[in-house]
Amino acid sequence: MPMKMIWGFFKGTLTLVAKGSRAYYVWVSCLLVLIGIGVLAYIYQMENGLIVTAMRDQVSWGFYISNFTFLVGVAAAAVLLVIPAYVYHWKPIKEIAVLGEMLAVSAMVMCLLFVTVDIGRPDRFWHLIPKIGLLNFPQSMLSWDVVVLNIYLVLNLTISVFILYNLYHKREPNKAFTTPLLLFSIPAAISIHTVTAFLYNGLAARPFWNASILAPRFLASAFCSGPAFMIMLFQIIRKYTRIEIKNEAIFKVAELIAYSMFINLFLLGAEVFKEYYSNTVHLAPLQYLLQGLKGHSDLVPYIWTAMIFNISAFFLFLVPQTRENYVTLNIGCVLIFIGVYIEKGMGLVIPGQVPDTLGEIYEYAPTGIELLVSLGIWATGLLVYTLLLRVAVPILTGEFFVGEDGVKAVIVDTEFIRRADHLAEQSYRD
Amino acid sequence: MPNQESRDNPAFRMSRRKMMKGVAAVLGALALPEKDAPASVWESFFQKHFREMSKPELEKVLARLEKEYSEKYRKAVKVRATPPIEGVLYGYGLDLSRCIGCRRCVYACVQENNQSRDPQIHYIRVLQLNKERGVDLEDAEHYYNPSKVPEKGHFYMPVQCHQCESPPCTKVCPVQATWKERDGIVVVDYNWCIGCRYCMAACPYGARHFNWKKPGLPAAEMNPETHYLGNRPRPVGVVEKCTYCIQRVRNAPGRYTACVEICPVGARKFGNLLDPESEIRYIIENKRVFILKEDLNTRPKFYYFYAT
Amino acid sequence: MNRDRLRHGYVPGMAAFFLCLAVGVTPAAPLQEKGKAAKPRVASAAERQFAVPTPPFTPGIFPCSECHKEMKPNPTRRELKDEHTNIVLNHAQGQRWCLDCHDISNRDKLRLVSGEKIGFEESFRLCGQCHGDKYRDWKVGVHGKRTGMWNGEKQYLLCVHCHNPHDPGFKPLTPLPPPTRPENVK
Repeated sequence: MPMKMIWGFFKGTLTLVAKGSRAYYVWVSCLLVLIGIGVLAYIYQMENGLIVTAMRDQVSWGFYISNFTFLVGVAAAAVLLVIPAYVYHWKPIKEIAVLGEMLAVSAMVMCLLFVTVDIGRPDRFWHLIPKIGLLNFPQSMLSWDVVVLNIYLVLNLTISVFILYNLYHKREPNKAFTTPLLLFSIPAAISIHTVTAFLYNGLAARPFWNASILAPRFLASAFCSGPAFMIMLFQIIRKYTRIEIKNEAIFKVAELIAYSMFINLFLLGAEVFKEYYSNTVHLAPLQYLLQGLKGHSDLVPYIWTAMIFNISAFFLFLVPQTRENYVTLNIGCVLIFIGVYIEKGMGLVIPGQVPDTLGEIYEYAPTGIELLVSLGIWATGLLVYTLLLRVAVPILTGEFFVGEDGVKAVIVDTEFIRRADHLAEQSYRD
Repeated sequence: MPNQESRDNPAFRMSRRKMMKGVAAVLGALALPEKDAPASVWESFFQKHFREMSKPELEKVLARLEKEYSEKYRKAVKVRATPPIEGVLYGYGLDLSRCIGCRRCVYACVQENNQSRDPQIHYIRVLQLNKERGVDLEDAEHYYNPSKVPEKGHFYMPVQCHQCESPPCTKVCPVQATWKERDGIVVVDYNWCIGCRYCMAACPYGARHFNWKKPGLPAAEMNPETHYLGNRPRPVGVVEKCTYCIQRVRNAPGRYTACVEICPVGARKFGNLLDPESEIRYIIENKRVFILKEDLNTRPKFYYFYAT
Repeated sequence: MNRDRLRHGYVPGMAAFFLCLAVGVTPAAPLQEKGKAAKPRVASAAERQFAVPTPPFTPGIFPCSECHKEMKPNPTRRELKDEHTNIVLNHAQGQRWCLDCHDISNRDKLRLVSGEKIGFEESFRLCGQCHGDKYRDWKVGVHGKRTGMWNGEKQYLLCVHCHNPHDPGFKPLTPLPPPTRPENVK
C-alpha cells in the first residue's frame, strides 16, 4: 500500500512538472536549451581535455571551483531560515523554510556538478566512495567535503520531501522526525561551509588562503548571498501563488543579512590591515586583487565592483527605510548576490594562486567553454529548483493532495503561475 | 472546498518498470566504458589502487600496460614495479654556487621520464635570481633566454619535487592516489588519480603538473625502461611529478637520476641519507645546506647548498 | 657524452693504472731541499683507487717525450714562441709557469711540489695541492660531474676532463630553451 501511495504521489508530481502556464513552458524550455548547450560544451571538454579551459599548472583551480565555493555558501544559507523558524518557533518563516531547504538541494546539485566538470577523470568518481574506492578520510579536507556535502544534500532532500509528502497527505509532519533533523541541519549547514573553508585554509603553500579568518568570512558571506536570493524568490512566490509570506519575515531576513555583511566587511578590513601593515611578501596576492601586481590587474575592476556593491547593499539593508522599501530592497539583493559571487568566487580562488608558489604571475580568465558549461550547470540548478517549486507550491497551497482513495493524486489546477487576485474567491487550505 | 475533481491527465503514459529500466540504462551508459570497448578498458576502469593489489593482480596490470605501451610506441616497453631498497632514504643536493642555469637538466629529465612534449611538461623549473636579492621568489625570472649563461649579477636555482618528509600533497589527496614510499619518494598512481588537482594547490614548490590534454609523446623519443609509479606514459587528466627517476635509482646497483648525470658543472648530488658515507651526508656535514620555504615545515629531502 | 667516454676509456684507464703500479714511483731529487735528500712520499693506495678515463689529450700530443727526448730543457721562465703557442696560461700565471707543473726532465710526467713525479692519469693529485678543498670534495664524489652508480662503484673524471688546466674557468654556455608560458600552452 505505501508503495502505491508513493507511486501515486510520484505520478502526480510528473503531471505537475509537465504542465503549466505559458510562462512556465517558456522558462523551462530556456533552461533546457541552456542545459543542452552546457552538455555539448562539456562533451567538447571531455574529448579535448581540460586544456580547453584557461586553467594551467600555475592557476589550476578556476571558474568551476569559484562557482562551487560560492554555491556551497548559498546552500548553507538555508540555515538562516531554519534557525529562526524552528528555534524561535516563528510562524511566518516556518512554512517557507521548506523553500529554503529546496534551495539548498538545488545549490548542492550545482556544487556536485561543478566539482564533476572540474576533475580530470570523472570516470574515476567511484574512487571517492568509501569502501568501494579509497576515500582519504579524515586526512584530506576534500574527503570531508565529499562526506558532508552528500550528507547535507540527503538531509535537506529528506526533510523537504518528508514535510511535503505529509502535507500532501493532509497531515502535520511528525515533529519527532522533523525536529531532530531540522536541528541537525543547523550544524550541518555550518559544517559544509566550514569544511569548504578549511579546504583552502589548510594549505600552507597558499598564504592568501592560509588565514584563520577564512572560515568565519565564508560563513558571513554565505549568510548574505543565499538569503538575498530567497528574498527575491519569496516576492515572486507570493505574487504569483497563494502562499502567504508576511513582510516582516522578509524584512527580518534582510536585517540578518545586514549583520552578516557587516561581519564580512569587518573581517575583510582585518585582512586588508594585516597584509598591508605587516607588508610581508604575502601581501602580493591581496595587492594583485586590489591594485594589480607588476602590471597585471585583470581582477581589479571586478573586485572593486564587488566592494562597492557589498557596501552599498549593506547600507540598503541596514537602514530600515531602504530595507522596507521593496525597490531598494531588491536592488540590495541583486547587488549583494553579485558582490558576494565575485568576492567569494574568482576573488577568492584566483588570488590564492597569483603569484604562484614560485613567484610567477599567470592571469587567468575563463574561456568560452568554461562559461558555457557553468551556464549549463546554473540552468540545471534553476531547473531543479523550478521543478521542486512546481511540486512544493501546490502542496503548500493545498492544491496538490492525495485523493480520497489515499492513492491517487489530486491536482486542483495545473497552472503554475497565477495571479493572486484570481484566487481571491477560492479559499486557501481547508 | 477546493475542487476535488482530479484531472488525472498524465502527460505521458508509462509504467514504473519502463521508467526504472530507462534510468538504469542512462546511468549505466554514462558511467561505464562502451560495451564493445577492448577488455583492457574494462580492466583499466575497475583497476584497484596500486597498494591494494596483490602480487598476481599487479603482474597482470603490468603485463597489460606493457602490451598497451609497446603497441602504442612500437617498441618493447618494460613496466616494472621495483620495490624500494631497504635502508635507503633518497636525498638530493643542489649546489647554488655552481648552477649556471643552462637547463640541460630540464631536458634530460624530459627525455628520461617520457614527459609530454606537447603540451609541454617540465618537472624542473630553473629560476634566475638576483645576487643582491638572494632567494626571493617574487623576484624570480622563469623565462630567461640570453645567448649565454650565467648572466652577470644573477644566480640560478632549479626547483623540482623536493620529496618532502612531511608532504602537504599526500595529506590532501582525497583518494590516496599519491603517497610517500618507504625510500622517501613521493609517487602517484596514475591509474587511481581522479585529477582534482588539490595536491597541486597544496604543493609549495610548484612541483606537480597536470595533463591538461592527452600527452604528446613521440614514439621515437620514448624511453622504454619504465616504472609503474614513475616514468611510464601517463594518461590525460592526471597529475604527475618528479620521482627521482624511480626507474633508475631503485635498481641494484642504482643509477643516478638523469638530472644528476647530465649536469655539466656538477651542481647536482644524490645519495642515500641513511648511509653515513654517502655524498649527500658529506654535503650536509661539511657544507651549509638550507631548505626552501623551511617555515612551512614540509621537511624536504632536497638540500640547497653552496660548495665553494 | 662523458658516459660514452667512460665506457671506452675505462679499459685504457685501468691499463694505465696498472702500468703506473708496475712502473712504480720514480724517486726524484726534491728541488728545494737543504741537507740530505729526503725520500719522496709514496702515493697511498687510497689515492690510486680513482678509476678515471683516459686524460683528454689533444690528439697526437702524447707521449711528449717523443719530441722532448732530443731537446735540451730550458728552465728559464719565458713566454713560449716556437711551440705550444696555442696555450695561453690563465691559471696563476703570475706565480707559476709551465715547468712548475710539467716535469723538466721527463715531459711524460707531471711534478708535485714534493718533487714526486706522477702520470697524467693522476693529475688530480697535482691540482689537489693548491685546491685542497675541491680535492677533498672530489675524492668523496661531491665535487664535479657525477656519473655511474649511486650505490655502486664510483666513477670519477679527472679534473681536466671538465677544467682546461691552462684556463680552468668555465665558459658560459648557451642555455636550452625556456619553458612555454602557460598562456601559450594550447
